[in-house]
Amino acid sequence: MKKRITKIGALALGVVIMAASGLTAAAAERSYTYNYDYWGDVQDSPDAYAVSNVYTSVDFGLELGLKSPEGMFVKGDLLYICDTGNNRILELERVSREKFEIRRIIDSFQGNVAVKTFSGPTDISVSEEGDFYIADKGNARILRLDNDLNYIMEFGKPIDSTLDPEAAYQPDKIAIDTAGRVYCSASGINKGLIKYENDGVFSGFVGAMPVSYNWTDYIWKKLATQEQRAQMESFVPTEYDNLYMDREGFIYVVSGRVDEDALDAGTVSAARKLNLMGNDILVQNGEYPVYGDLYWGGDDSGYTGPSYYKDVTVLENDIYVCLDRNRGRLFGYDDQGRMVFAFGSNGNMNGYFRQPSAIEHMGHDLLVLDSLDCSMTMFSVTEFGSLIYEAIELFDDGDYDGSERAWRQVMMLNGNYDLAYIGIGRSLLRQDRYREAMDYFELKYDEDNYSKAYKQYRKQWVEDNIVVIVIVVLALFLIPMGIGKVKKIKHEIDIADIFRT
Amino acid sequence: MFASLKKKETYQHYFATLKFALYCITHPFDGFWDLTHERRGSYAAANTILILTLLVRVMKLRYTSFIFLRVYWEGINIFLYMASILFPLLLWVVGNWALTTLFDGKGRLGQVYMATCYALTPYPLMQFPLMVFSNFVTVDEAEFYMVLSGISVVWMFLLIVAAMAQIHEYPMGKNLLFTLFSLFAMLVIIFILMLFFSMITQGIAYFMSLGREILFRL
Repeated sequence: MKKRITKIGALALGVVIMAASGLTAAAAERSYTYNYDYWGDVQDSPDAYAVSNVYTSVDFGLELGLKSPEGMFVKGDLLYICDTGNNRILELERVSREKFEIRRIIDSFQGNVAVKTFSGPTDISVSEEGDFYIADKGNARILRLDNDLNYIMEFGKPIDSTLDPEAAYQPDKIAIDTAGRVYCSASGINKGLIKYENDGVFSGFVGAMPVSYNWTDYIWKKLATQEQRAQMESFVPTEYDNLYMDREGFIYVVSGRVDEDALDAGTVSAARKLNLMGNDILVQNGEYPVYGDLYWGGDDSGYTGPSYYKDVTVLENDIYVCLDRNRGRLFGYDDQGRMVFAFGSNGNMNGYFRQPSAIEHMGHDLLVLDSLDCSMTMFSVTEFGSLIYEAIELFDDGDYDGSERAWRQVMMLNGNYDLAYIGIGRSLLRQDRYREAMDYFELKYDEDNYSKAYKQYRKQWVEDNIVVIVIVVLALFLIPMGIGKVKKIKHEIDIADIFRT
Repeated sequence: MFASLKKKETYQHYFATLKFALYCITHPFDGFWDLTHERRGSYAAANTILILTLLVRVMKLRYTSFIFLRVYWEGINIFLYMASILFPLLLWVVGNWALTTLFDGKGRLGQVYMATCYALTPYPLMQFPLMVFSNFVTVDEAEFYMVLSGISVVWMFLLIVAAMAQIHEYPMGKNLLFTLFSLFAMLVIIFILMLFFSMITQGIAYFMSLGREILFRL
């Protein structure tokens, strides 16, 4: 009897220890660069990007320091920074890997127009021919200047009956396509992007965010009286924070102001990719939506709420990087909507931000503008990051063998990197090595690719073993039949008259 | 007791009662009546079925294809996982018996337990082959698995309801009513258990702080 009691005691102790260890394991510090695995657990990662330099006004050789810069644009080796607070635009040239040199400081222009200066320019875009498109927010216009700063035309407030004629027009962020059409997101206008034809005519709104609301609000609104309803917030689409025209002419738009509950429920997306019709064609095949951080509680940075996407840039290999203003982080996603990397935080050290406002890229390098710190941080890819890019680019080029090799190297550097396993699997799948591919997909729970590989494997197996299968099936039918026949004959012989004597 | 283990009849009886489970699940009304009234069931067989159910449930974790079941191994406690069957079973048996015994139920506690265990038979019987089958399908064919898996569970629950009617000799309407009441009784038991545990912890905490206070004063 005594022995039994000690046994139960040991069991109870075990349960207590297990429960206690479960509690302490929850609090863990994450590394600078991280990723989420299939379960949504934070997996520490080697750095995909490292700070190569932080540029301030001094590094650019400016007499008047930057003041709350808001926008950036890259064209080839040229970098344009909208120095919003000083009403000017800087044209910089990247003369070497690490060095930017001032080419021009644009604060006024010539031409037949009353106001020849800017007032709080928030964004700039440069066309193929070199024409400048500038969102001159304080002057309520989008300017088009030629490369020698001669006024060509301007795009004013859209003439639309749904817009309040009293409200000031505040063009915020712009993008232009190859045909010279201008897309603009303006403060206070939530009907989507404002689209102008190249002759300056407003031709409509494209790609409004779907209206997001939650059910409790909806029910309250149904129950409320007319007066109460007027007091309540109305269900309206959210305006966009920024837009980016990729090399194929699709517009990536991001919004940080989306409703938290709707984001959680998946009814709205923080990032969208618009086609010409304004429909969202962003692929989201990842385990989690492209809304950045999965956990919205206060972590070490002390900020709560979902990631606030302030800007987005799309690299040549279709990886897009979203900039989170809330926690000062960068989130890279591949063309399937799976997270490639996440890094950064708020702070004063290099690689940390105070109020990041814009992101751009030069090749694989990422440039991030901080409007409070008045600095620009340049990140360049590490060995780990460049291997990931190499693997993705080789796969897109059809070099599956090379892609597999690159992914294997990625896996050597980071064994907790889910994309590497799936990448190896996809390369093997394309090389018709189904059995091996299945193992990699199974490890990272990619059921769709696993099924693709397994289907082929099964087909191959059946084709290889068709003879054996036919023999087994026939045997299963014929042997019992044969036994029955033999028994029957035996029985007939036994009861046959002629043998009875 | 151990002497009977040497006799051949013991095993014959055991296998006969175990085999009777197959008759029960295909002819529930007839089968569950005979189970107790004709003494064609045994506790040994009921325990075997319960153990098989637990075994299959645990094996499913590891051997089902990941397409259907993904296990976060860090979060699995095998005892808690087995308790997810045993605890509701215990609650059901006690709750059902406690109610029906007040309302002309003919079944005894042991009989309720035996019949419920017999009614679990479809679970190991279907889930084990399904577990093997799951490794040979793709996502497109997942529906087969889902439907068959659903059938096994629904079948199991229907059998439990049917079994109770025969054990307690209830007409169908009364039986359904008491099935609902039993579920409610389970909730009440859970409530009382939680109350009990929170009282105990508070009581222990009280005496511990009392003891600590005394230690400080000494």
